[in-house]
Amino acid sequence: MTKHTPANQDSFTSSAGRQLLAFGAASIAGVIVLMMALSWASSLTSTGSISTDAVDVTNNTLTLFLREEPPQLNSSLSTDTVSGSVLGHVMEGLLRYDEHNRLAPGIAERWEINEDGALFHLRPDARWSDGKSLTAHDFVFAWQVALDPKTASEYSFILYPVKNAEAINKGELPLSDIGARAIDDRTLEVTFERPIAYFDKLVAFSTYYPIRQDFYESTDGSYGSDAHTLLYNGPFVISRWVHGANLLMEKNPEYWDLDRAKVDKLDFAYITSDASATLNLFKDDKIAYATLQAENLNNAMEQGWDIFRFMDGSVFYIEFNHRPERPTRNLNLRKAMLYAQDSAELVFKVTKLPGYLPGVSLFPVWLQGVNTFFRQEYPAPRAQLNLEKARYHLELAKQELGVEEIPPLVLLTGDNPISNIQSEYYQQIFSKNLGLDLKIDKQIFKQRLAKMLSGDFDLVLAGWGPDYDDPLTFADLFASFNLNNRGRYENPEFDKWVRVAQSSQDVQERMDAFGEIQQILFDDVVIIPNYERGITYVTHPQMRGMVRRAVGPDPDFTNAYIVE
Amino acid sequence: MAESTTPAPGSPDQFTPLHSEREIHALTRPSLSYWQDAWVRLKSNTRALISLYLVLGLLAFTVIGPMIWTVDPSAQDVDQVSRPPGADRAARVVEPYKPWDGSVAVVDGERLQLADTPTNQAVRLIWPAAPGAESYWIYRNILPVDENSAKGLPLIELFGNGTTHFEDRLDLAPRIYYYTLVALDGTGVPVHRETLAVDVKRVVTVEEAVGRGLADSAEDLLVSDVVHLALHPLGTDYLGRDMLARLMHGARVSLFIGIFAPLLYVLVGVIYGSAAGFVGGQTDQAMMRFADFVVALPFLLFMILFKIAFGIGPGESGVMPMLVAMVVLLWPSTSRLVRGQILQIREEGYISASRLLGARAGYLILRHMIPNTMGVILVTVTFAIPSAIFTEAFLSFIGMGVAPPTPSWGSMCNDGIKTMLTTPHELIFPALLISITVLAFNLLGDGMRDALDARMRSTE
Amino acid sequence: MLRYTLKRLFQGLITVWFIATATFFAMHNVPGDPLANDKAATEEIRANLEAKYGLDKPLVQQYLIYMGNILRGDFGISFTQKNRRVNDIIAEHFPISAILGILAVVFAGLGGVLWGALTALYRNRLPDIIIMFLVILGISVPSFVVAAISQLALVNLNDAVNFSLLPVAGWGTVWHMLVPSLVLGLGTMAYLTRLMRSSMLEIVNSDYIRTAKAKGLPPTRIFANHQMRNAILPVVTVLGPSIAAITTGGFVVELVFAIPGLGRYFVQAVQQLDYTVIMGTTVFYGAFLVFMVIVVDLLYGWIDPRVRLE
Repeated sequence: MTKHTPANQDSFTSSAGRQLLAFGAASIAGVIVLMMALSWASSLTSTGSISTDAVDVTNNTLTLFLREEPPQLNSSLSTDTVSGSVLGHVMEGLLRYDEHNRLAPGIAERWEINEDGALFHLRPDARWSDGKSLTAHDFVFAWQVALDPKTASEYSFILYPVKNAEAINKGELPLSDIGARAIDDRTLEVTFERPIAYFDKLVAFSTYYPIRQDFYESTDGSYGSDAHTLLYNGPFVISRWVHGANLLMEKNPEYWDLDRAKVDKLDFAYITSDASATLNLFKDDKIAYATLQAENLNNAMEQGWDIFRFMDGSVFYIEFNHRPERPTRNLNLRKAMLYAQDSAELVFKVTKLPGYLPGVSLFPVWLQGVNTFFRQEYPAPRAQLNLEKARYHLELAKQELGVEEIPPLVLLTGDNPISNIQSEYYQQIFSKNLGLDLKIDKQIFKQRLAKMLSGDFDLVLAGWGPDYDDPLTFADLFASFNLNNRGRYENPEFDKWVRVAQSSQDVQERMDAFGEIQQILFDDVVIIPNYERGITYVTHPQMRGMVRRAVGPDPDFTNAYIVE
Repeated sequence: MAESTTPAPGSPDQFTPLHSEREIHALTRPSLSYWQDAWVRLKSNTRALISLYLVLGLLAFTVIGPMIWTVDPSAQDVDQVSRPPGADRAARVVEPYKPWDGSVAVVDGERLQLADTPTNQAVRLIWPAAPGAESYWIYRNILPVDENSAKGLPLIELFGNGTTHFEDRLDLAPRIYYYTLVALDGTGVPVHRETLAVDVKRVVTVEEAVGRGLADSAEDLLVSDVVHLALHPLGTDYLGRDMLARLMHGARVSLFIGIFAPLLYVLVGVIYGSAAGFVGGQTDQAMMRFADFVVALPFLLFMILFKIAFGIGPGESGVMPMLVAMVVLLWPSTSRLVRGQILQIREEGYISASRLLGARAGYLILRHMIPNTMGVILVTVTFAIPSAIFTEAFLSFIGMGVAPPTPSWGSMCNDGIKTMLTTPHELIFPALLISITVLAFNLLGDGMRDALDARMRSTE
Repeated sequence: MLRYTLKRLFQGLITVWFIATATFFAMHNVPGDPLANDKAATEEIRANLEAKYGLDKPLVQQYLIYMGNILRGDFGISFTQKNRRVNDIIAEHFPISAILGILAVVFAGLGGVLWGALTALYRNRLPDIIIMFLVILGISVPSFVVAAISQLALVNLNDAVNFSLLPVAGWGTVWHMLVPSLVLGLGTMAYLTRLMRSSMLEIVNSDYIRTAKAKGLPPTRIFANHQMRNAILPVVTVLGPSIAAITTGGFVVELVFAIPGLGRYFVQAVQQLDYTVIMGTTVFYGAFLVFMVIVVDLLYGWIDPRVRLE
C-alpha cells in the first residue's frame, strides 16, 4: 500500500469513499433510467403480463397460468392437452361436456344418431365472433381440412367413423366425397363408414370443431397461430396472445349463451411448467390455482390451503416389447416381472401423491360400464407381490430361453422427473427381487418415440390418455393393427374382441368384450400397470366453479366465478 | 564471472587463463529449479495451501471414501425416504402387511376411530354410517384441524353409504396425523364432519429387517422388538438412498468431468497451438482461422446439441458424450494462448542458439517450448476445472446431464431444488460440495498463477 | 480502420457459415424423429409431413436449400408450432433475452467496478471482508441454486411485508427485470470485483501514482483520474467475453423465473427436436456473438489507444 501517514491515509480513503458513493449513486440512477428505457422498448414489441392479483373482484378477472405454450390453436392440427384446454374455452363443437362432465348440447341443439348416420340440428343463434352466422358448412369444411392429406393432421383418424374419411385422408378419394353434408345452413347430415355406438362422444372432440372457409383461406396458412388469425365461437375469445408469455381471454359477446361464462376475463398471465415457479406465484397470490408435487404437500398443509385432487384419466404402465427377437416375448419372464413388483408400493412410497391409484388394469376406474362403473362390473384380476411365484416363472423363462442368466434388459424412459424416479425404482426392484439387470435408457421425447417405433427396447415406461369417453379409447391400444401398439403385441383373439367392441351397437355385448380384453391383457401380461394418474392442486379460496375432467378440455374455467 | 578479475589492458602475458574458482560458486542457498521455486512460493501462500489440502481431501473423499463408507449408493430404502441427517431410526418389528377388507374385531363405535394400531405401513379407519350421507371424503393433515381450518390432503372419495372404512398407506411417516371425515349428502352439502388425531409409529417387518441386514436371522427377531433402521449420516434422498454414498459416487462423475475434460482439451489445445506457433506462416494463419470458427460456436447451445447428437445408450451414464463435447468445443482458447507463448519464445536467444547447434523441431518443442509454457498451461487447467464442474451441473439442471441412476452433484442439486423447502439437506450437501470444489480450484489457481508465472502475478 | 472493419466483417460472415454448417450436420445426426408424436401417424401423414418440411429430399439438397434460405434471412417454419415462422419466434423472444443480458452486463460491470474499488480502498477492513465473502459465494454457488433461492426469498419478502414488492416470476414491467438480471449478472459481477480489486491494488504502487502524489495533486483527482481510470481497463477487456457468456447463459434464469426469452425456447426446442428452431436459434446466436466480438474489438481500439488495429 501507499506510504501515507495514518491521518493522511484516512483522509484519502474517506475522500475516495465519497467519490465511490457518488459513483454508486450515479450508477443506480443510470440503471433506473436504463431499465425504464428497456421497459419502454420492450413494450413496443409485446405486451407483458402486468402483475395483478390472482382474483380481481372489481374487474371480475381471474389470473391463471398455462403449463405450456399452445403450439397452435388450429383445431384440425391440435394434439396436446394445453391446446385442448384453451380451445375448450374459445371454441364449441356440436356437443360439449358440461360442468358435471356430462355430454350437453353445444352448437347443435338437437341430434339423432342411428346405425347409418347422424343428423345434427344447429341452433339458429350460433354465431362466429365476427358476428356472422355459424352454419353446417363450417363443420363440413373443418372436417375436410383435417382430412386433407396436405394438412397432415395427426388426429385425422378420429374422423374415420365418417364415411370415406379414411380414404380421403390417404388421398384415395377427393375431399368432396366426405360423408358429411350440410342439408341447409342449420342441418348437418353425417353418414357413417360403419355402425358406431359412441359418435356423440366423438363430436365433442376438438378435431370436430367448426372452421369457416373464407376466414381460414384469408389467413394464408397461419390459421390459429395468433389471436387475430383465429375465429371463435365459444364463450370466450382470445384478445391477446403474446407467445411464450401470456394469453388473455375475454367474454365473447357473440356467444349464444351469454350467461354461461361467469367472469369477464381469464388472464393466463404466465406460461411455465416449472413446478416451483407456479407454486411461488400461487403463494404470492398471483395465480388462482397451482398444481402440487409430492414434495410440496407438507408445505401446502402448513400454509393452510384447501387442497383438491382429481384423476386426469390417464393410465401408466410398463409396456413389453413382444417382437420375436426380444427376451420379453417370453410369457414366463413377463409373469416373473409382474409378480416381482407391487404397484401399491410405487404409488404410496415413491410417487407419494394423493390421487394416484395403484395400477391394476389398462382400463381406469372412471370408465362407465353398462349401469355403473366398468371396473365395478368387471373387476380387474390382480397380481399380488409374490416372490416365490415370480422366481418360479423366472426359472421357467430361463429354461425356455435356454440361458443361464437373463441378458440385461433395456428399460426405455422419458426425461420427466416422475419417469426418472420410476425407472430408478424399477431398476432396483427387479434387481433385488429377481436379479435382473435393467439398463435405463433415458431419452428426450422424440428420441424415445423413435425408439418405441423401431422397437429398440425391452420395456418402456408408457402411458395413455383418453381421447373420448368410451372404454374403446383404451381397448384398441394393443390390437395388432393399431399403430400405437409399439410393443407389437399380436393376438388374434384380442383383435377379435376389439372388432366386436368397435362395431357392436349393444352396450352389454361391448362391455363383455372389454371384460375379455381386460382378462387377456392380464393373462398374457401384455403390460404391467403402474398407476392411474391423479392431479393434486390448490385453488384460491375466492375462486369457485373450476371444472377438472379426464375427457375433454381440462382445466375448464368457463363456469368459474369469484366470491367476495 | 565478469567481476572476478579486472586486469589492465596490455600485452598478452597479462592475460591469465581463468581458472574455475569453486569458492566463488559457493551458494548461500541450495539451487532451486523453476518447479522447486514455484513450490516454495505456493507453500508460503496460506490460501493456496489450504485449497490444495481441500482438493486433496476431495480426491480422498472420491477415491478412498467409498472404501470406508461401503453403503451401496443405489440401494433404496423406501421406508426412509428424504430423511434428514440425525432422524430417529427406531422401529418396532411387526407381522408382514396383509390386505384389509374393512372387518374389525370389536365395533363399539359411534365415532371415527382406528380399527388397528396405526403404523407407517397402514392406518385403518372405520366410522359409523352417517344418516343421509351419499359420499365420504377422508382428509389427512399434519397440523391440528378445527372447524374452520383447511382439512389437508384429500385421500379418497367414497361414493354411496356402503363403505365406512378406509385404509391409508400413502407415504406415512412416524408423526401425528389429523384425519378428517366429511360426509356429504346427494347435493354435495356436508352433513357430518369429525377429526381424529392418530399417532403413527414406525414399524418394520421381520423380512424387511433381515433383508436390510438389521438382524442376522429371522429367529433373532420377535414381533414387537425394537430395531434401528440403517444409519444414514447425511440423510437419504427421494428414494431412500444414502446421501453420503451418493455424494461420493457423484463426486466421481463431477470430478471426473471437472478434471479430465480440462486436461484433455488443454492437451489438444497445447498440441494444436504449439504446432501452429512453431510452424508459423500460412499454416499458422489457417490453423488459427479454424480455431476462430470453433471459438465462435455458442458454447452452451452446442454443448446441448452435441449431447443429444452423440446420444446416450441404455445403461450408459452419459459422462463420455459430455467429455467429448467439452473437448471438441473448448480446445481453441488454450491453443491460442499456447501459440502466443510459442511465438514469443521462438524469438528468444536460446532457441536460436539451440537451432544453431542443430536441434530438431521436435526437440525444440519438447525441451524448450513446452516446459517454458508449462506454467501458463497449468494455471489454465486449474481455472478450467471450476467452469467444467459448473457446466456439468448446469446441464444436469436442465435435464441434459448424466442419465439416471448415475448420481452427479449437479443432478443431485437438481433433484434437491424441488424439495428445498421441506428437506433442504438434499440440496445443501451437493451444492456445498460444488461450491467447495469450485472455490478450492479457484484459489489454487490463483496461488499457482502467483507461484508459476511472474508476469501474471497479482499484487496480493 | 474501414478496411480493417470490412475484413473483420467478411471473416465474421465465413464464421457464421461455419456455424450454420456445423449446426445443420450436428442436428441431422441427432438420433430420433422430429415428426414423431404421442399418437402414431400413418405412412401417408408422415409422408405429407416430411414433404412439408423438406425432409424427404437427400441431405445435401436439404443443406443447399437451407443455406439458400439463410442467405435470404429465412429460417423456415417451426416443427412444433406448426404455423409459426422461426423468424417471428426469434424476433419476439430475442429482445427479452437481450434486455435481460444487457441489464445483467450493466449490473456486473458497474457493480464489479464499485465493489472492487471499495474493497481495494478498505483493504483488509470490514467492508473488504464482507464484500469478498459475497464475491466468493457469487463465484462458487451454481447459478440455478442462486436463482431458486432468490425466488423463494422474494416470496417470503412479499409475504413478510404483506404487499407485492417485487414480482416472483413472469415478464412485462420494469420490476420483472430486476431480480432475474441481478441473478444472471452475479457470477460475472463477482469475477469483475476480484479483477478490479487486484488491478486497483497494483496501480496504487505504480510510478505514475507516486508521481501524481509528488506533484501534490489532490487525492480526489488522483483517485478518479489516475487510479480508477487505469484500473478499469482490464475490467473492460474481460467485459466483452462476458457479454457472450451472459447472453447465451440465460436459460436457467429464464426457466426459473418463467421469462419468455429465446434461451427457454431453445431448451424446449431441443427437447422437442424442433430442427428449424434449433438451427435458427443457434445460427442467430452465433451471428450475434460474432458481431458482438467485432464491435467490442473495435471499441477497444477507440477506448485504449495502446491497442492498435492492424
